[in-house]
Amino acid sequence: MTEVKKTPVKKTVEKEQTLWDVFAKGILKENGIFVMVLGMCPALAVTSTFEGAFGMGILVMIILTLTNTTVSSIRNFVPSTVRIPVYVIIIATEVTVLKMLVDAFAPALASELGVFIALITVNCVVFGRAEAFASKNGVVASALDGFGVALGFALSLSIVGFFREFLGTGQIILGKTLPLGFEYIFLGNAGLDKYAFSILVQPPGAFLVIGLILAIITSYRQSKGVKK
Amino acid sequence: MNLLALLISAMLVNNIVLMQFLGLCSFFGVSTKMKSVVGMGLAVIVVIFLAAVITYPLYHFVLVPLNIRYIDTIAFILVIASLVQLTELVIKRFSQSLYKALGVYLPLIATNCAVLGVALTNVANPQSYLEALTFALGSGLGFAFIIITFTAIRMRLDSQPVPKALKGMPIALVSAGLMAMAFMGLAGII
Repeated sequence: MTEVKKTPVKKTVEKEQTLWDVFAKGILKENGIFVMVLGMCPALAVTSTFEGAFGMGILVMIILTLTNTTVSSIRNFVPSTVRIPVYVIIIATEVTVLKMLVDAFAPALASELGVFIALITVNCVVFGRAEAFASKNGVVASALDGFGVALGFALSLSIVGFFREFLGTGQIILGKTLPLGFEYIFLGNAGLDKYAFSILVQPPGAFLVIGLILAIITSYRQSKGVKK
Repeated sequence: MNLLALLISAMLVNNIVLMQFLGLCSFFGVSTKMKSVVGMGLAVIVVIFLAAVITYPLYHFVLVPLNIRYIDTIAFILVIASLVQLTELVIKRFSQSLYKALGVYLPLIATNCAVLGVALTNVANPQSYLEALTFALGSGLGFAFIIITFTAIRMRLDSQPVPKALKGMPIALVSAGLMAMAFMGLAGII
């Protein structure tokens, strides 16, 4: 009765990944928000306007590329027992520097994002990439991985922000929170605001929009026969 | 009476999960089994409160006099990480059963943005120590309350005929959205 059926240990031969693969997988295949469902706090909190979401995306892009590069370049000197506190300090320091820069050069963005700039420190995506990728791979690959994952993150944030602001207010305001140097209201005169669902720019809208986008993606994957 | 209003506001009206979107990773990640969720909720209440007990004086009596306010994020994340370790040790020493219940969830809390978020909000607003503690307690209670109710909803959803595309995460998000809508109705009570 004690016949233990040994499952054949599958030798997962690490496929030779080109740098392009490393970069590209983060954008769609391992998209932080829509596939892995990580880093939800900013995805829900700052996406009530397109610009806020886009700005947050850019900040995460800067931070993730930087932290991945730093973590990867010191990976051989840090004993693995203390690596997590070291990563936390590196990430927190770089976020603090970025926060000071945003305060100085884009004060409108800083007040729009509020506490969520500092909270990039505890964003699962940033920490996850440092631990899962940058601590094991070379500097160039890690930088590309960070940039790719962050680009995917920024894209998804912008998509959510676009739908929430457009459907919630009937227009898209540009140049108000980002220091673009001009101000432009996309579809400002179209009179669509009469038909806006104002619930979408309020907190419940964040959950609803992301939930529906996830459902659309799932149904697309199911129709293609992709197994999750 | 003011403190009571603050407590209720932090717990229900401005709930950290549904209204301020803090701690969502653990909110969606853990909320599948009732037993683990209760443990997680308790651990979060303890850690948020203790973090407020330490970070508020740290900010006002160390960082502000030394004029190094800008390192608050780094200082707080260190405090929270060590606090989580310390809580783990203390609980292990005094209550084995509680340790078994909370064990795996304690380390996760260090990266729960609710804890850092509440600590940073507390020092960003001009308020007294007592108010900061009340806010922290209310936020922790609110987190535990929401994550427990949400888990109950998710457990029910598991046995319901949900459309195929909405199964799992999408329906969880939509139900959280409906919960948030219900909580918006509480906005008038304070």
